[in-house]
Amino acid sequence: MQLSEHDISLQRLFAENRELIEKDAAPGVNAAREGAMEAFSKLGIPSSKVEAYKYTNLQAWFKAGYTQAYGLNGATSEALKQFECNVHELDSYTLFTVNGKFVAGSNVEALPDGVEAGSFAELSKKYPELLKRYYGSLAKVEEDGFVALNTLFATDGIFIYVPKGKVVEKPIQVVNVLTGEQDLMVNQRNLIVVEEQAQARVLFCDHTMSMSRFVVNTVTEGHVAESAMLDFYNLQNQHNGTVQVGAYHFDQAARSLLNANYFTLHTGVARNNIFSRLGGPHAENHISGLYVIDKNQHVDNFSFINHAVPDCESNELFKGVMDDASTGAFTGRILVAPDAQRTNAYQSNNNLLLTENAKMNTRPQLEIYADDVKCSHGATVGQLDENAMFYLRARGISKEEANILLMYAFAYEVIEKIQVPALKEQIRELVEKRFRGELDKCDSCVVCGQLGTGRAKSE
Amino acid sequence: MLKIRNLHAKIEGKEILRGIDLDVKAGEIHAIMGPNGSGKSTLASVLAGNEAFEVVEGSVEFNGKDLLDLSPEDRAREGFFLSFQYPVEIPGVSMTNFMRTALNEQKKYRGEAALSASDFLKLMRDRKQLVDIDSDLTNRSVNEGFSGGEKKKNEIFQMAMLDPKLAILDETDSGLDIDALRIVANGVNKLRRPDNATILITHYQRLLDHIVPDFVHVLYKGKIVKSAGKELAYELEKNGYDWIKQEME
Ligand SMILES: Nc1ncnc2c1ncn2[C@@H]1O[C@H](COP(=O)(O)OP(=O)(O)O)[C@@H](O)[C@H]1O
Ligand SMILES: [Mg+2]
Repeated sequence: MQLSEHDISLQRLFAENRELIEKDAAPGVNAAREGAMEAFSKLGIPSSKVEAYKYTNLQAWFKAGYTQAYGLNGATSEALKQFECNVHELDSYTLFTVNGKFVAGSNVEALPDGVEAGSFAELSKKYPELLKRYYGSLAKVEEDGFVALNTLFATDGIFIYVPKGKVVEKPIQVVNVLTGEQDLMVNQRNLIVVEEQAQARVLFCDHTMSMSRFVVNTVTEGHVAESAMLDFYNLQNQHNGTVQVGAYHFDQAARSLLNANYFTLHTGVARNNIFSRLGGPHAENHISGLYVIDKNQHVDNFSFINHAVPDCESNELFKGVMDDASTGAFTGRILVAPDAQRTNAYQSNNNLLLTENAKMNTRPQLEIYADDVKCSHGATVGQLDENAMFYLRARGISKEEANILLMYAFAYEVIEKIQVPALKEQIRELVEKRFRGELDKCDSCVVCGQLGTGRAKSE
Repeated sequence: MLKIRNLHAKIEGKEILRGIDLDVKAGEIHAIMGPNGSGKSTLASVLAGNEAFEVVEGSVEFNGKDLLDLSPEDRAREGFFLSFQYPVEIPGVSMTNFMRTALNEQKKYRGEAALSASDFLKLMRDRKQLVDIDSDLTNRSVNEGFSGGEKKKNEIFQMAMLDPKLAILDETDSGLDIDALRIVANGVNKLRRPDNATILITHYQRLLDHIVPDFVHVLYKGKIVKSAGKELAYELEKNGYDWIKQEME
């Protein structure tokens, strides 16, 4: 295919800054850039003609000309103090990234022996054998132009390693902060490795702290080994000028359990690419999402559940509450391999459209090549139930309050999926605030204590 | 308390209420009977403010206020209550949260302080006993998975919680067995005071054995065609509605 002008500007940007980009990176990370370069020259940034990106055209945003995160120094933890981060609310290990670069947080030294959670740039050098084994093994440059772009520019992000048998009870909370006076492009790279019988709970909070435009392309690879467990939460609370592509590639071995939950509470344009491969028998996953959007916000959740072997189970639930002229898309691809017998695969996507201008595209894509399979999928797009509305009002509840009760009632099923009780309560509170229209006003995120942005300007 | 004059209402262009006149005073119990489809539920819905119905003529005064001018929530806050013929299931909204929100919004409207958490729970316990409702029903989502009888009891429980001035009970008795009927009737009787009033919409005499009405009205084709004392209910029970229909033709 023909590369666009923007694609070419990105190629040139890389060529001109290669030395700077590669200076502090692990050899394995630099080696991967060769393949990424080749893949990107074939793929470029996908247009909406690429089937997977049919409902979200991101080409306009991805180009050279922004300040590039790799050229910044990041921020010191000293600078972060000005955010008055108050993490006491959630008892957790806390890490930060500022514009994609790791910044030391608190409490991390208290992690169980042998468990690592820190800078991708640092730890990928410390653990070359892990890097060799896992880096780019799930997020393949030749399959998506965004992965290629990320692999080309990747310098830092988060690296989490939970060795065999280690159980990390408290959530590892990663606060991803975007800030600065200039419009910025970030290619953050994360790697999570949970070895046999190990357990981890990981929360990514994505925030914007200034009003600049942020163009973000992040790739996270997560490996869940035999009988291991990973609880993964992503909470997006970013201003309307943010464009974020987030790729999350998981691989699960036998008897492993993955819970992955995506809460998009505020954003500009968000695209989640969620891939999960069930690669060993009796692996199980629960992947869910809640998007609450309004104005011109756009959220596209693209998921691909790959049942590669027999006896696995997948459960997928995505729900959306869409107001004003917001638009959304959901793609639920499920592949059941020819010999993946006794597969259970469940999927649903339900949407609440609050106005006639809100638009939703939802498409299940099932490819089932085994015959002994239990599989169900369902998609709905509807409005608030008028009868329920009248019933509530007839008891003296105002229309506004009744609206909030019913929206919350619609969303609660996704919140119920949260496995960490303290986190569940805080996200519940945050979702309710969002429904009340108080998230804009709220001065800090109840989950990680981050200050909100004055996002009024961008609206 | 309630003054209905020449009330006409339409749905989908069809006139269902065709000139209703009714007066209800504090302390009174009225029964409205009538064949299926005569407009009883429509009258209740129009009074509660259901926007699916269009009022084309007439007036309704409720404690000196123009009822038709108020939103459904303000009617409730002014002390109007409808026990629905078909209570709505609302998965995801807990009974407790529902009642707390409703009660506190009503209190706010009247300029009263919200109940403390413990006072609210105490009130819930107290009112549950009054209507003998299963404790775990109030831990569930509003009406979700409730049996027909449980839904009706739940309506009376809500009435007991909200303590309205005027309650309309739309076929709250249908689908109840004898025990449940007695419990519901007891609840209504206990809530009765000289300063409130009740309108019972029913098909059956048997409810009226437990809650004795001061007046019985027959609604037929959108009009009240007969009003009398409680003896009218016996007559209807014995002879059905045919004689009224004949009188009307
Ligand atoms: N939502 C509606 N849409 C159309 N017609 C309705 C609706 N509700 C009631 N009706 C009509 O109004 C008439 C009166 O109904 P209703 O008030 O329910 O009677 P009742 O409660 O006395 O049995 C019936 O002919 C019914 O079909
Ligand atoms: Mg009826």
